[in-house]
Amino acid sequence: MFAYVVRRVLATIPVMAIVALFVFSLLYIAPGDPAAVIAGDQATPDDVERIRASLGLDRPYLVRFGAWVWDIMRGDLGVSIFTNLPVSTMIRQRIEPTLSLMVVTLILAVSIAVPMGVVAAWRQGTWIDRAVMAFAVLGFSVPVFVVGYVLAYFFALEWDLLPVQGYTPFARGFWPWLENLILPAIALGSVYIALIARITRATMLEVLQQDYIRTARAKGLNQGGILFLHALKNAAVPIITVIGIGIALLIGGAVVTESVFAIPGLGRLTVDAILRRDYPVIQGVVLLFSFVYVLVNLAIDLAYTLFDPRIRY
Amino acid sequence: MDRRSLLKAGLAAGTVAASGGIAAPAFSQGNARTLRFVPQSNLANFDPIWGTQYVVRNASAMVWDTLYGVNDQLVPQPQMVEGETVSADGLTWTFKLRAGLRFHDGEPVRAKDVVASITRWMPRDPMGQMVKAIQKELVAVDDTTFRWVLGSPYPKLKYALGKTNTPICFIMPERIATKFDSFTQITEYVGSGPMKFVKEAWVPGASAVFQKFDQYVPRSEPASWLAGGKRMLVDRVEWVVMPDPATAAAALQNGEVDWWENPISDLVPLMRRNRNIAVDIADPLGNIGSFRMNHLHKPFNSKKVRQAVLAAMSQEDYMRAIVGTDDALWKALPGFFTPGTPLYTEAGGDILKGDRNMDRAKRLLAEGGYNNEPVICIVAQDQPITKAQGDITADLLKRMGMNVDFVATDWGTTGQRRAMKNAPESGGWGMFHTWHAGADCVNPAAYNALRGTGQQAWFGWPESKGVEDGVTEWFSAPNVAAEKAAMDKINAAAIDDVVYAPTGFFLSYTAWRRNVSGIAKGPLPFFWGVGKA
Repeated sequence: MFAYVVRRVLATIPVMAIVALFVFSLLYIAPGDPAAVIAGDQATPDDVERIRASLGLDRPYLVRFGAWVWDIMRGDLGVSIFTNLPVSTMIRQRIEPTLSLMVVTLILAVSIAVPMGVVAAWRQGTWIDRAVMAFAVLGFSVPVFVVGYVLAYFFALEWDLLPVQGYTPFARGFWPWLENLILPAIALGSVYIALIARITRATMLEVLQQDYIRTARAKGLNQGGILFLHALKNAAVPIITVIGIGIALLIGGAVVTESVFAIPGLGRLTVDAILRRDYPVIQGVVLLFSFVYVLVNLAIDLAYTLFDPRIRY
Repeated sequence: MDRRSLLKAGLAAGTVAASGGIAAPAFSQGNARTLRFVPQSNLANFDPIWGTQYVVRNASAMVWDTLYGVNDQLVPQPQMVEGETVSADGLTWTFKLRAGLRFHDGEPVRAKDVVASITRWMPRDPMGQMVKAIQKELVAVDDTTFRWVLGSPYPKLKYALGKTNTPICFIMPERIATKFDSFTQITEYVGSGPMKFVKEAWVPGASAVFQKFDQYVPRSEPASWLAGGKRMLVDRVEWVVMPDPATAAAALQNGEVDWWENPISDLVPLMRRNRNIAVDIADPLGNIGSFRMNHLHKPFNSKKVRQAVLAAMSQEDYMRAIVGTDDALWKALPGFFTPGTPLYTEAGGDILKGDRNMDRAKRLLAEGGYNNEPVICIVAQDQPITKAQGDITADLLKRMGMNVDFVATDWGTTGQRRAMKNAPESGGWGMFHTWHAGADCVNPAAYNALRGTGQQAWFGWPESKGVEDGVTEWFSAPNVAAEKAAMDKINAAAIDDVVYAPTGFFLSYTAWRRNVSGIAKGPLPFFWGVGKA
């Protein structure tokens, strides 16, 4: 097991290298000019050219790529073209809100979706099953920003229960922190809940047909024990896989959610950087996301062993 | 106790216990000494010389002070200076700084700081470049006096030092102004204005915080735009960046923010219905919409083809696409200068007045030799104003019988592509859309977009001798009548040569909670004089 983990961690290095090369090359050939954005609308072409030179954007591809890789190898992600702040500082400023949003969404989604899927499978064909499936279709169909606006309208404007926007760091208290995350987490989690609920239902339907479930029932085990201890554990592997895949979904959805609820997270940082062509920030954030995704995949692979003793590394 | 407080109290008991008793400080939004403001866009950098975006200027006006400041009559008034003397030949200007000026690091403002700041500002500013070209000497005479010797008279010098156009000539310490040239961003934000920038609290893309500078000594005159006494009535100004207008509207209605700089017109009726919110025109100088044609290449290298577009275009179409059905927000503009200002002129603007004449347009197209060349029309989709204008233009050109190649892109790409002088088929372009702040268009002083200097001109590279002669006359005009005559000449020549196509004049709103007072109309949000109950 330990050797497997080490191998997988080492395998992230070539993956990150390929991602780095791909991202840098893509940004190099993409149209757009940060110097023009910095110079402003009144700037002359000469001004733009001077700013481009001062930022080193007029240097050849290989020189720029080499310098960037050299900096990364020394642990330096570079400095934002626009803010003049280190990219690592900007990521550090933004990582807590995004992490908080994803964790709350994940907890919320799993704690709602899994029981929903289990109950829907247990009550297959009843109104409960149909209601869960209708919710799943709705969750898939309604865009995150629409859910966000509707939630903000009712819970913030009409009923004055929760704030419309913003983020309060955890260090300032649990409730202020959570208060700002409830609506965004529900909005972001709606698709995720729908996805997990559907997969849970489908997998549970298959497991509930197995002989050992019939045996458990014949032995007189209670329904809750059968569903959540026996059936769900055996249905866990595909559900965990979907939860893991869904983290990528969350990263994408966070961009929209953070904009709608004005949360200063990595999603907004990424979009802002792309619109301004702030290359060092884009490169730094994409590297971070890909690293996180590789680690999440590793964690999922390891989690399989907890639920299915037949899986060994 | 309102519902949210009740909910908070109920949940706090359980959650505080669950979290080990972590304390939750009071929200600053409840503090009457803190003003929470939603700016027009993200404060992505904070160097008013290096980054010339309006949002940077607006924040900078709190932190850095100016030697002069224009008032709401567009007249420069002394701000950091006590006064100036000018030699009889108009070539030697001697300025004296007023007493009590101090930087946020505690150091007094000295003449050498002013000299260094002006030197850093000049290369980035159109008026600054003109002065630099005729400058003989700029020196600090002593700690409070500096002298500027010119090779030829420059009557608009005070205006150059006090205008609202970017880049404004802000004064910073010599050690910063000399360490970073005009094309390198500063890393220390030390000014002598009424507010200090809290660098540690700055999260680009999310928030910026400004704290009252207790040692600032305001002038005794009442505040008027950049002039007069800049008295801060709040201790702290927090900028909250909100990319989504609907969120900003909800936050304003909910009292989570106090002032929203530029609500989109679609949401204004909603806010007008809220009795806690006031809505008014933000800036009477408004904006001028425009699209620019590439004078270097076919088909717009033909003056008649450009005139054909002017003859056919309907400014009403453009303005309604930008501001919607609110007729209070726009007016037709048969010219290039800001309506309602002292030197405004419509001279030579007949082609933009009255019913649109498609027959005349088609005739001009034929006379101009248009031969179905594709018009590469660049339209930035991420800017609502450019997108709205681009859609109208594409439709207009098609109705004229032109071959339109509509390039939907973003503003960053537009910024890069518009700088390319190549032929359209080799990566160049035919036209792009933008707009100009009305404050930049009150006269030719800083109006780069109107210049007709050919290859040295702004994107599109128009060449117009008439415009350039008029600009020269304006800068040397001895009185208002002469200035007006020069403006007439510029406007007529710019229309005739179609330096660019003005799509109309439009205004925008600003909105604030009614417990906020003292918000002034102007080209930028002025925070002095703004109080909160």
